[in-house]
Amino acid sequence: MGIRIGDPSFETRVQEGIENDFMLNSVASAQGRFRGRRGVATEELGNWEDWRSLGEEIRSHTLENIDYYLQQLSDNVSKRGGHVFFAATADEANEYIKEVVKRKNGKKVVKSKSMVTEEIGLNKALEEAGSEVIETDLGEWILQLDGDVPSHIVTPALHLNRDQIKETFANKRGYDKSNTPEELGLFAREELRKDFLTADIGITGCNFAVAESGAVTFVTNEGNARLATTLPDTQISVMGLERIVPTWEELDVLVSLLTRSAVGQKLTSYITGITGTRLAGEIDGPEEFHLVIVDNGRSEILGTEFQSALHCIRCAACINVCPVYRHIGGHAYGSIYPGPIGAVLTPLLDGYENHKELPHASTLCAACTDVCPVKIPLHEQLIRHREIMVEKNMAPTAEKIAMNGFVKWSTHPAAYKLSSKLARTALKPWTKDENITNGPGPLKNWTAQRDFPAPSQQTFRSWFKERQKGEKSK
Amino acid sequence: MKVSLFITCMADIMTSNVGKDTVEILERFGCEVDFPDTQTCCGQPAYNSGYLENTKATMKHMMKVFRESEYVVGPSGSCVAMLRGYEAIFRGDPEWEEEAKKLAAKTFELSQFLVDVLGIVDVGSTFKGKVTYHPSCHMTRILGVKAAPVQLLQNVEGVDFVELPHGEDCCGFGGTFAVKNSVISGQMVQEKADHVVETEAEYLVGGDMACLLNIGGRLSREGSYVKVVHLAEILNTVK
Repeated sequence: MGIRIGDPSFETRVQEGIENDFMLNSVASAQGRFRGRRGVATEELGNWEDWRSLGEEIRSHTLENIDYYLQQLSDNVSKRGGHVFFAATADEANEYIKEVVKRKNGKKVVKSKSMVTEEIGLNKALEEAGSEVIETDLGEWILQLDGDVPSHIVTPALHLNRDQIKETFANKRGYDKSNTPEELGLFAREELRKDFLTADIGITGCNFAVAESGAVTFVTNEGNARLATTLPDTQISVMGLERIVPTWEELDVLVSLLTRSAVGQKLTSYITGITGTRLAGEIDGPEEFHLVIVDNGRSEILGTEFQSALHCIRCAACINVCPVYRHIGGHAYGSIYPGPIGAVLTPLLDGYENHKELPHASTLCAACTDVCPVKIPLHEQLIRHREIMVEKNMAPTAEKIAMNGFVKWSTHPAAYKLSSKLARTALKPWTKDENITNGPGPLKNWTAQRDFPAPSQQTFRSWFKERQKGEKSK
Repeated sequence: MKVSLFITCMADIMTSNVGKDTVEILERFGCEVDFPDTQTCCGQPAYNSGYLENTKATMKHMMKVFRESEYVVGPSGSCVAMLRGYEAIFRGDPEWEEEAKKLAAKTFELSQFLVDVLGIVDVGSTFKGKVTYHPSCHMTRILGVKAAPVQLLQNVEGVDFVELPHGEDCCGFGGTFAVKNSVISGQMVQEKADHVVETEAEYLVGGDMACLLNIGGRLSREGSYVKVVHLAEILNTVK
């Protein structure tokens, strides 16, 4: 598995989403919770718009100087005894990690949550190489037991409710207790603890790497990243090349934005910074540390009009406010990156061909742009994607004809006037009691969902004209 | 004060009474309203679908239409935001940059014009009934007009105002989205209509005809008694 998930047809995925009441209920209630908490947390912090501007500035500065900071990071990781590998592609990253795991005779690998390892399909690669891979983030673990894929970038099992989780635990692990979060959580904790204690390798993502010290940092609520980096002898952290901050000071700002935007917390329960390998006299930490920096299409985005999409700190605030996401769920996007940011990012990382519906899976309501803590103009980038697809000749022929017709109509006032005058008459055969319930042509899709009123008896302009005449004759 | 009415194609064809009400309100407050007869559409359907280059012809046409106007006022947050958006679109275009900038500076949505330019927060109208208000996406988030329409509405004598739950959520219109992704759009407008019904309001008021057409269409499909009216209509109801 890589970035693409689910049925190849967008329509099928959407239909599956819309018909899945359990999932939609879970999504709607989770969105409601996240949005409420986020509102409270940002309000409490105060000057939210200034914080956003600062976040944007930090991300933009870092990306403008990304080569410098990557070099600095790499030097500092090496100084602290770590190894750095730059992977141009998903395959290169997977090959390198497999090599390390093989050399260390890594039979059991524990992982903390990481979207970039989902993107490159690392689990599958490691399993094929003969290792047992265990996800230790609760949500990811549930999905792994279930053979499912993430539907959200922060809370990957958002689409499941506690009854479904209980059932998965019962079927796969013989769980026989209640569906309360406490008991489910305790069970997962006990099961996972055994794996932590016996794992050979710990693999993590990386929320931000700090260039000035060579540290990798993890923001979690479960503490699993901390266990995954302290118990096994070998630690491998995987990061997208953009996930870097110059110093701890900028990290402070971005984490402040991240935890509030993601889950409405001032801080998550655990924020961990790990710098290098275990030094003499230290009692924990890995003997060996590898930092895998993944490009996989990111450097192609640098320097383009989409560069700000790389500002993303993966908080999912845009996903949590998106009404389209709420009604179709994450899997419908067909990408491990769903929602507005997914619709922007996925075509950039994986091309337009398999994701051509994504830029159109938005009403351009701009709720996403409004909440983004690092000010990515998400809805504008979706329009830009649409433009590029038109430029690439990927738009449907019927649409092209319609849009050319529209431009002619809207630049020829005489034609515009005539057609607007005739609209009412033209729709007459479908009109009953000033209402259309089953319209022709493009109206068909409209009236499949809702009624369409009959156009006014008199257009505004003819009223205005008559009125002027009347005034003159007075 | 001279004001050119930007009717928007939607109101021109579908709900001409909104245009009439807008004219009458503006005149009531001493504006001299003209109607540049060659105006068409702001270009949003094609622009939002990705046809930027083609749509520039439409935008240039509209800029010419309103070239001589002192103020341009329209009864739609979305269409006004689009006219204002020409400024960003033509930035760096030696021929049109200035023109787009000028148009953006003199174009206002109706409630925005009444409150911010004319300084009127109470239009002195009377409307009896329980009303709720849908703050449309482009009006609030692109144009940045949030308080003005609500303030005007709440000051109307006889209006019993109830807040629309989750009002800030999109109704699912989204221009061509409503046709292109009609199934998703249908789910979204259903949710919006449910929230409207929840308020037990008799009237749903809005400042964007397109959203109202969408929500109203769904309410009508469900046989709901809730009536959908444009803000201009309420502001123009005088004793």
